[in-house]
Amino acid sequence: MADANYKKITMDGLWNNNPATVQILGLCPLLAVTGSVVNAMGLGLATLVVLMGSNACVSLIRNYVTDAVRLPAFVMIIAAMVTVIEMLMQAYTFELYQILGIFIPLIVTNCTVLGRADAFASKNGVLPAMVDGMMMGAGFLVVLLLLGGMRELIGQGTLFANMQLLFGPVAANWEIDVIHNYGGFLLAILPPGAFLGLGLIIAGKNVIDKRLKDAQKARASDEPKVSRRVRTTGKVS
Amino acid sequence: MSLISSTSPHTTGKTDTGAFMRQVLYATLPGLAVLTWQFGWGSVINVLWAVLVALLSEAAILKARGRPLGFYLKDYSAVVTAVLLGLALPPTAPWWLTLIGVSFAIIVAKQLYGGLGMNPFNPAMVGYVLLLISFPAAMTRWIAPGQTPEPAQSWQLFLGQAGVDGFSGATPLDTFRTWAGNASELSGHAILHGQFAGLGWEWVNLAFLLGGLYLLARRIITWQIPAAFLLGVAVPALIASLVDPVRFAGPLFHLFSGGTMLGAFFIATDPVTAATSRLGRFIYALLIGVLIWVIRSFGGYPDAVAFSVLLLNLCAPFIDYYTQPRTYGHRKANRGVGS
Repeated sequence: MADANYKKITMDGLWNNNPATVQILGLCPLLAVTGSVVNAMGLGLATLVVLMGSNACVSLIRNYVTDAVRLPAFVMIIAAMVTVIEMLMQAYTFELYQILGIFIPLIVTNCTVLGRADAFASKNGVLPAMVDGMMMGAGFLVVLLLLGGMRELIGQGTLFANMQLLFGPVAANWEIDVIHNYGGFLLAILPPGAFLGLGLIIAGKNVIDKRLKDAQKARASDEPKVSRRVRTTGKVS
Repeated sequence: MSLISSTSPHTTGKTDTGAFMRQVLYATLPGLAVLTWQFGWGSVINVLWAVLVALLSEAAILKARGRPLGFYLKDYSAVVTAVLLGLALPPTAPWWLTLIGVSFAIIVAKQLYGGLGMNPFNPAMVGYVLLLISFPAAMTRWIAPGQTPEPAQSWQLFLGQAGVDGFSGATPLDTFRTWAGNASELSGHAILHGQFAGLGWEWVNLAFLLGGLYLLARRIITWQIPAAFLLGVAVPALIASLVDPVRFAGPLFHLFSGGTMLGAFFIATDPVTAATSRLGRFIYALLIGVLIWVIRSFGGYPDAVAFSVLLLNLCAPFIDYYTQPRTYGHRKANRGVGS
């Protein structure tokens, strides 16, 4: 597939087929680590890199692995990629690595990664596969950040606290104390806050989609109709 | 002679939702009165503020959903939710606590699921649990018996301008949970030894029992739910207290402490979220009662009406499925593995 449609790949990853809000994949890490922006960003970036790497490798071997053994092969590749990321995080962002804990190795079981490997990378060339991995990872990262921001803001009244865990001492004073003397709203930090937050994000996306569709329909209906048909409902369509 | 012919149904009683809900409101009045007598005007302020918040939230979201305002506001369901939540909140609750709880109950727990009749969970209890797990400190500040604040002090507590240290104290359930197993401490705390149950709380529960009996007499609720609920609390409490009276409180103490009576007659009987068949309702409420006793005796929280009701709300469709009554002229439906 030489003429890969990069615009479509990008739109699919970020919006139309977003792994978190449309495919509803990878919910376990999504709900578990989005208590703050820094946690969300750490896990989101790790997932993005794994997705790009695994998609590229899978795409490279796609013509040499038979269908029967493809899934074990993909999982091995993904596990190798995750191990690399895990060791990198252990080396450079050790505190964040400790906070995220089991959810870094668990990226192996993130359905988004295996899903993209099987659905896209195993049927496309290296470059489109990498772009797809990047865009899917970016779509996942954006939702993670949104949810992490919502939960941190409502739960603790801050934004971007502890960013130095990820970006080093430069980011030590990035924290924005949005609401002073905030007592804290525990629910947002606890797991129910994650479920409620994700539900609201998905609902918001659906509302926007519906508005766009309605606007499109309104534009289309300006054109003269060729034929009309009366239904038994009495409505003319 | 004229023959009047009309089609069925031939009943003439009023069955509109609003009339039922108003009866429930009247039935909470004795409980509210005793709460005020024991703990000051905080509960009245809570209830009035909660009703205001509930009506505003309901109106706002009805408008957003494009529903007729007057029709839905007049069914009093939002008012009942607000009153029940207001009664369950501690009288020291500041205004923002009630605001968050009631608006969450109406907007998320009720209207986002589709409004009255569509909500799987009791909205008042969802609001209560939200507050309990989010603000554990503010939600456990009950007034100690005999420390009743003046009306002006209640108002200041509501505005969040006064400290609660002078008034607040552990409830009987709290005290028993802290000292369970310690005989000398248990006999030393006056709050555990009222006329027949915990000090102060015995009258509150008695008043809610009175209101509940009024609802039974007016046939707003049926006997299955309250009876099974109280049985579920009392029977395990009786057995356990006979075995080890120092470790476990007696049935009378459990029945007349915390939210038992409010839960049995006003919360668990919500027709939307309870099971619907007679047998189903009995099982549903019995399990709520047992769960309350289990959590009170072994769990991390002193009282458990809200948690138990929500858990059994979740089970209500399942209970209904297995307790569907036989339709006349048909065989009993074959359900499950046993039959």
